[in-house]
Amino acid sequence: MRNVLAIAQKEVRSYFASPIAYIVIGLFVLLYGYFYIVMLQYFLRQSMQMAQFGGPQAVNINEMMLRLLFQNVTILVLFLLPMVTMRTYSEEKRSGTIELLLTAPLTDFQIIMGKFLGAMALYGVMLGVTLLHMAILFVYGNPEWKPIATAYLGLLLLGGCFISVGLLISSLTKNQIVAGVTTFAVFLFLWIINWMGSFSGPTMNEVTTYLSIIEHFDDFSKGVIDTTHLIYYVSFIAFGLFLTAKSVDSERWRG
Amino acid sequence: MIEVQHLTKRYGRVTAVDDVSFRVESGEILGFLGPNGAGKTTTMRILTGYMPATEGKALVAGFDVFDQPIEAKRRTGYLPETPPLYPDMSVSEYLTFVAKIKGVPSGERRQRLQTVMERTRVTDVAAKLCSKLSKGYRQRVGLAQALIHNPDVLILDEPTAGLDPKQIIETRQLIKALAGDHTVILSTHILPEVSQTCQRVVIINNGHVVAVDTPDNLTARLRGSETLYVQVDAGGRDAAATLTSVAGVTRVAVSDRRDGIVGYEVDSEHGQDIRRELSRTVVDSGWGLLELRPMRMSLEQIFLSLTTEESPTSEAGAPAPPPPPVQEAADA
Repeated sequence: MRNVLAIAQKEVRSYFASPIAYIVIGLFVLLYGYFYIVMLQYFLRQSMQMAQFGGPQAVNINEMMLRLLFQNVTILVLFLLPMVTMRTYSEEKRSGTIELLLTAPLTDFQIIMGKFLGAMALYGVMLGVTLLHMAILFVYGNPEWKPIATAYLGLLLLGGCFISVGLLISSLTKNQIVAGVTTFAVFLFLWIINWMGSFSGPTMNEVTTYLSIIEHFDDFSKGVIDTTHLIYYVSFIAFGLFLTAKSVDSERWRG
Repeated sequence: MIEVQHLTKRYGRVTAVDDVSFRVESGEILGFLGPNGAGKTTTMRILTGYMPATEGKALVAGFDVFDQPIEAKRRTGYLPETPPLYPDMSVSEYLTFVAKIKGVPSGERRQRLQTVMERTRVTDVAAKLCSKLSKGYRQRVGLAQALIHNPDVLILDEPTAGLDPKQIIETRQLIKALAGDHTVILSTHILPEVSQTCQRVVIINNGHVVAVDTPDNLTARLRGSETLYVQVDAGGRDAAATLTSVAGVTRVAVSDRRDGIVGYEVDSEHGQDIRRELSRTVVDSGWGLLELRPMRMSLEQIFLSLTTEESPTSEAGAPAPPPPPVQEAADA
């Protein structure tokens, strides 16, 4: 565990020593802020209209605003996480520091977990900034905190899946750009895989819907923790990390 | 301390290292000598656990590098060809990180760091970023990194490559000072380095071990025959046959040829001075004797003669068998 943390710490340090962390977090916050304001405006207009037509005074902010907001956040995550993961392995391979890691008394698993946790920490900081926006909602209104908490859990799990795939792809190449672009393409494909299902039979539809990474997020944003989705995400992450371990190991054999 | 038994590494159809065996005693400095692409780096990478061997096994400090990699790696310090530095870390940050992953207890870390930085003379750049270091400092920080956990075995892949002459001397002195406490394997393609720093040499070529011996023994063994260089103006005729007829000559080979003037390498039996005979023969044949001088076999030539021995056999079309390794004098 100490080794895992040492690697994770080194990863976080290198994110913040390079412009990567600042660019990714900065752009994320900027775009998130934009979504936040637009959604808030939309919500305010909706609730005003509701009031005019004699509807209920209090419109559900969780349902009317936050769910939409979180769905948009997932798109930001789709675009930004490849930039976080693309350098994890490829940079070490290119600069030769991988030789240091692979000849140190560490297991492959410790190295991979360290890198995974490092990237998760950066992602956590990204999401952490948005808690500020949530705090403002709590100051001026009274949203329910439970669906917000589950949405954050969902976002963390979704990001974990992306990071595990990103690590795998980064471990396959020396070139960061190749890693980044491929990761983005794979993320996008995992996102829209269920489109294929809508044109084919019911079985195919069910299978592709289950595989689609974003379908599982919906319940989290509604405030539901369904074990199906939890298991999907956790096993996805585990499988991604397992494949990364295999990829690193096979690289050893091939030399 | 290090034992390598019948190590073979194949990349697909290419055999990089073929049946390499040698052992290194505790506290010794072993030079690993060979042309580029001979399999030096591959062998070292196997020893450090960076990659597994296709066949054979390697023991470091009594641990099999494949079966007990963690134990073996704990006792090994490795400096790869390019020092594995993280450009965005400062030297002390970097060494602290390496100390952590190599399992130096947190209480001793500061002390180890200081000792190693003094020993490799990098204390004055401790706060500098690795990306800002000069080549010489990068190499030294690489060495510091290999030493940080006080390993029993040090494996250094071309530790003096790219350094200036002064730094080379300093690095060699450091390596010599390390022997005794540490067992060192260093690879190089610079020959004087071997004769100056190493107690024993393994010469490797095309993945085969060609010779294992002390530098002095190697030089002596190969000086078994004396070689003379003779430059003759024979007016375009071939003087080789005539030269061969001189008593005591064992071999005559053309070494250079220019405008009818031919330079020959003439080998003679050990301890026999054939210079008088040879010059008389040349002059008596009515040719011009332009030059006659003894050729000393430097380590350089030994190296060349050992590593090029295979070519005549392979020209014959048959697969070249590895030349028989020179027997270790130290073991006898």
